[in-house]
Amino acid sequence: MVEDLFRIENLSMSFGDKKILKNINLVIHRGEIFALMGPSGAGKTTLLRILNFFEKPAGGDLFFEGTRLSHVREINTVRQRMSLLFQTPTVFNTSVFNNVAYGLKVRKMDRTAIEKKVKDALTIVGLQGKERQKARTLSGGEAQRMAFARAIVYDPEILFLDEPTTNLDPANVAKIEEIIMQVCDEKTTTIVLATHNIPQVKRIANRVGLLLNGELIEVSSKDQIFNSPSDARASAFIKGDMVY
Amino acid sequence: MNGAEFLYGGAVKAFELIINLDPYVMSITGVSIKVSGTATILAALTAIPLAFALSFLNFRGKQGLITLVNTGMGLPPVFVGLFIYVMLVPAGPLGFLKMILTQEAMILAQYILVTPIIAGISLAAIKAVPGPIIETVYTLGGREKDAVITTLKEAKFGIITAILAGLGRALAEVGAILIVGGNIAETGSIAGIGEGLSRTRTLTTAIVSETSKWDISTALALGIILISLNLSVNLLANFFRGRD
Repeated sequence: MVEDLFRIENLSMSFGDKKILKNINLVIHRGEIFALMGPSGAGKTTLLRILNFFEKPAGGDLFFEGTRLSHVREINTVRQRMSLLFQTPTVFNTSVFNNVAYGLKVRKMDRTAIEKKVKDALTIVGLQGKERQKARTLSGGEAQRMAFARAIVYDPEILFLDEPTTNLDPANVAKIEEIIMQVCDEKTTTIVLATHNIPQVKRIANRVGLLLNGELIEVSSKDQIFNSPSDARASAFIKGDMVY
Repeated sequence: MNGAEFLYGGAVKAFELIINLDPYVMSITGVSIKVSGTATILAALTAIPLAFALSFLNFRGKQGLITLVNTGMGLPPVFVGLFIYVMLVPAGPLGFLKMILTQEAMILAQYILVTPIIAGISLAAIKAVPGPIIETVYTLGGREKDAVITTLKEAKFGIITAILAGLGRALAEVGAILIVGGNIAETGSIAGIGEGLSRTRTLTTAIVSETSKWDISTALALGIILISLNLSVNLLANFFRGRD
């Protein structure tokens, strides 16, 4: 049975007079790869930031496992079950090991367990043996993979990815996509991927939501949205006819 | 004797005083290091938490405090000296402390001068830590305490530079400590070199008094030590800047 993890009802967001998100209604199921697709400036990042509690919505309700999040007194407790990977990898000025171990250290895990989990995570992203290297000396692709390892090392239940392969070369894109699917399959992590990359959505997503100008115009399975979109704007976006 | 010979003779005598560890010169150096070192440590203990509070907390009067810190970075030392003098003289409001013409009064003066410098530079170093670094801490399950610790680690070289800049300023300061310390050496020191030891006489104030007595070699010796100390502090600051 499909279990709802996140439920968003009538959510809206504005910065000043500008409406960024308009009346968003969306359900994210546990264990799926949900692609939030749309052009730059559509509001994808803002929605991810709201789901990660970095922004407070102007209106609407947000439910996590059925609990309204405004009623969750300890946001940090819910946040500890999530992870967010930014478009540009942020790197702490220390070793690769200390970067990846960060989430485990704040959870007070013991040293032996940390070493094992960091080693496993680095193996998943293909950076085994680089534990002692200064993280700032990694290439762009390596830094993004290290950030990925850091995001998954503590087995979050939900992983938000904000354009995780932008500016990466094809080999690193393929590697990251492979890791996303592996993490979803093996760790049953729910993944919410914000991207404008249509081929990538076709390759890895289960369900897709198309966001245009702050409106979620269609939410459906990957097959349906790409084969028979119900909205003319969705059809135009997918065919590449839409100029934005 | 022409100017060059005069200078050369002075320099040779200066080196003799340094190499022979002349007690008068060494005692002055000791007082300088003790006063400036203590003032800098106390200032750092105040300024660094202040810089963090100004970065992380929102409170009424915060902008006013930032303006005060920035203004304090350019405080005229003689005015600070005069203010403390007025406060500490026997007839002043803090006269009962009997601190006037003591090393403690000099430490207080330098503390007031150096605290805004360390706070201002530390604040800039903390502000220079990229915002996504702090957000990454939260995305990985960290809390406010973790964000502060991570920021401290990321800004550590900038903060060390701030402390060293404060120490350099304290060592080179003359106006305030001359007023509140009185440039006092033990009996006999005024009559000739090496006969007395410093009580509140520092490298900078001694250079003023030795020059006024036309004892150029002693003034030069003190100047060489002062420049060497400041050079060491700056080399150390450059070292940390290079590591950042």
